[in-house]
Amino acid sequence: MIELFKLFGFILLALIALVFIRAIKGPTAIDRLICVNIIGTKSIVLLVFMGIIFKRLDMFVDIAIGYGLLNFIASIAAAKFYQHNKTLRPESGDDS
Amino acid sequence: MNIIIIVLISLGLFFFFGTAVGMLRLPDFYTRSHAAGKGDTLSTALILLGCALFIMHEGHYSGASILVFLKLMSIIVFVFIGSPTASHAFIDAGYETGEKQWSNKKQAKKKP
Repeated sequence: MIELFKLFGFILLALIALVFIRAIKGPTAIDRLICVNIIGTKSIVLLVFMGIIFKRLDMFVDIAIGYGLLNFIASIAAAKFYQHNKTLRPESGDDS
Repeated sequence: MNIIIIVLISLGLFFFFGTAVGMLRLPDFYTRSHAAGKGDTLSTALILLGCALFIMHEGHYSGASILVFLKLMSIIVFVFIGSPTASHAFIDAGYETGEKQWSNKKQAKKKP
């Protein structure tokens, strides 16, 4: 069963790499922010997998809770910062 | 019990595969965030539910394993509340700053 969880972890890493491609070549800044949000949510799952593989889930699940809370707060703060900062907008460099 | 766990985690990985393909291939910011908001939430919930059932089955339903199960359940509830909220905040910010919407120009020319 542990081997199966290692396989699931590697599949999850490959899918995160697919999302990371979009985070690299995303046309605007907010695409990258959404990709960072997805990767943060999936790293919670990856931490739980690590806890199962190392047989210390009682320790890793607390780290996962903290990571989830921080990821949510960072997402909200980044969205508000993007909304109020004019230099990050796509057309503000040329037009306005 | 093992079959239920494997089916739950495989379903979660399948939904996350849908999210990854949607992020890569959809043309627009709004459609991409549509793929991100739903598939991400459901896949996280399914995979964590499978892990919670596994750890409770592995620990022979003792007190410590039930505590870990409850913590994983609290993560699931928080993801179900927090992830759509963050996605909505991103879409709100993108809409207010004037992201361009995608339109199929070839189809628009064919219609008239």
